[in-house]
Amino acid sequence: MTVFIIRRMLQALLVVFLMSVIVFFGVNIVGDPVYMLVSPDADQADIEAAIARLGLDRPIWEQYWLFLKGAAQGDLGNSFIFGEPALKLILHHMPATMELAFSALILAIVIGIPLGLYAGLYPDSRISKGIMAASIFGFSLPTFWVGLMLIMLFAVELRWVPATGRGDLGSFLGFQSSLFTLDGLSHLFLPALNLALLKISLAIRLTRAGVREAMGQDYVKYARAKGLSTRRIILVHVMKNIMIPVVTVMGLEFGSLIGFSVVTETIFAWPGMGKLLIDAILQLDRPVVVAYLMIIVLFFVLINLIVDILYSILDPRVRLQDQGA
Amino acid sequence: MSDVTSDTALAAAKSAKVETPFQRFRAEFFESKIATVALGVFLIIVLLAILAPWITPQNPYDLAQVSVMDGRLPPGSEAFDGYTMWLGSDGSGRDLYSAILYGLRISLTVGLASGVIALLIGMAIGLIAAYAGGRIEAFIMRIVDLQLSFPASLVALMMVAALGKGVDKIILALVIAQWAYYARTVRATALVERGKEYVEAAQCLGISRSRVVFRHILPNCMAPLIVVGTVQTASAISLEATLSFLGVGLPQTEPSIGVLIANGFEYMLSGRYWISVFPGVALLLTVVSINLVGDHLRDVLNPRLRK
Repeated sequence: MTVFIIRRMLQALLVVFLMSVIVFFGVNIVGDPVYMLVSPDADQADIEAAIARLGLDRPIWEQYWLFLKGAAQGDLGNSFIFGEPALKLILHHMPATMELAFSALILAIVIGIPLGLYAGLYPDSRISKGIMAASIFGFSLPTFWVGLMLIMLFAVELRWVPATGRGDLGSFLGFQSSLFTLDGLSHLFLPALNLALLKISLAIRLTRAGVREAMGQDYVKYARAKGLSTRRIILVHVMKNIMIPVVTVMGLEFGSLIGFSVVTETIFAWPGMGKLLIDAILQLDRPVVVAYLMIIVLFFVLINLIVDILYSILDPRVRLQDQGA
Repeated sequence: MSDVTSDTALAAAKSAKVETPFQRFRAEFFESKIATVALGVFLIIVLLAILAPWITPQNPYDLAQVSVMDGRLPPGSEAFDGYTMWLGSDGSGRDLYSAILYGLRISLTVGLASGVIALLIGMAIGLIAAYAGGRIEAFIMRIVDLQLSFPASLVALMMVAALGKGVDKIILALVIAQWAYYARTVRATALVERGKEYVEAAQCLGISRSRVVFRHILPNCMAPLIVVGTVQTASAISLEATLSFLGVGLPQTEPSIGVLIANGFEYMLSGRYWISVFPGVALLLTVVSINLVGDHLRDVLNPRLRK
């Protein structure tokens, strides 16, 4: 067991290292940020001073070594544009993204599971067919397009909620979040719904498949034979069994919610890390791009590592298979 | 009752005729009305995109033909040059109908090109993994698993962050984001096929290894590959649109559908919906029709579901 965990952690470290090489060299080979930062009438000496100040005059290997040395100490370089540490900028924008992703996850569970339950219990009803058709659309419509439609419908035409921004922040137990004020919630609703749509479709499909499978099982028949009410069978016995896989998958999707939030944040001008990334790419702010990508890689590698370890505890076959290969 | 007998008679007559696999496939495919309509819609879109220069009133990227006087006209307005702009015009006076058809050309080219290249690369790598086995296979599959643990959209975003803008770079980013899906599919199918008797028979006959792989195993891997290919192409088109919308995909000089939607976004809050909405509908029709065709192909090509 310990051997397995150590091996997995070493692998994870290797992945993070490889990604740092790819990301750093990839990002640093494109474009020249200096010309965006010095004024157009700057002379050659000014340009050279700027290059030296940004550390761009050193060979790229040396730049990478400095980056790696800094990264080990939690320093991912300074933003070219803001002059602040890139890591600090990203951490500053992270709560907004987490709040959005978390709300989307809750929405997906609260909306998706009941709809999936209904579609699984009455697979032939018209409403169920409607739900399933809607979930196909949820899968194939591009997120940004749905976001535009949501803005047009709810913000421009109906004027129910504001279209962009984060709104007032409330404070609760030391956390600052839009979840705690009415204005914040009204700003949060559209982006969270937009981000959640894909996951709602996923939750519907998973729950429906689970329910349909569970309803034919012996324990359900036994519960029926025992004379339990349908309500109790579904809410207690069936739900208990299908919730485990559904919640596991939805939890795993949290990482991809953070990845997708790039799109949603840009459309709704939500001040999170995703919007920061897009702005940084457009302004060639390399340290911020590199820092964001590294944090996302770290995040995904961590999620995968935790899942692998949990699975190997729950299911020893995973561990044995790994040793065989 | 007579209906049933005539049905069985019909079925008997059908089975008496020798049906090639392709004929059976065709018959089964067109059984689904939704898939038939979706295929029709997709073919019309492709045709419109190919014929764009001949069926649009203006070339939206020839500056001589665009007049700023026509900017932001609502649908149905008459242009300065006399023709009717049925879908309105965008911020710089381009006829949206023309812009959409020209945009579709770029979007479809990028989507199809990246789909085909990713398919070829993924297929080659998947075949190598399945046939080499051992350490090579373990190594390749590690990379595939690793890549599939990141969402394709995130991989593509990372790539454009590193590569920059441009048609060639977007195609490269999409290929890198998608090859692993094909490799996984091919390897899984090829492994199953490799264990079958016809492969053993071919090997006994002394047929060369490459011939066995390319002429015997590969054709039998095509069905799942086609299904994955349609779905991935749809997702490539929508990914490209997403990246272009974010401003990190194609530049303004290569106005794909995503760029058009992005240009219209700033006008949306002031109620000029058409600049974003109509390109969006075109994108939607394209992506949804490909997905519906792919969904049905999966049912038709799956031998387990065959009647």
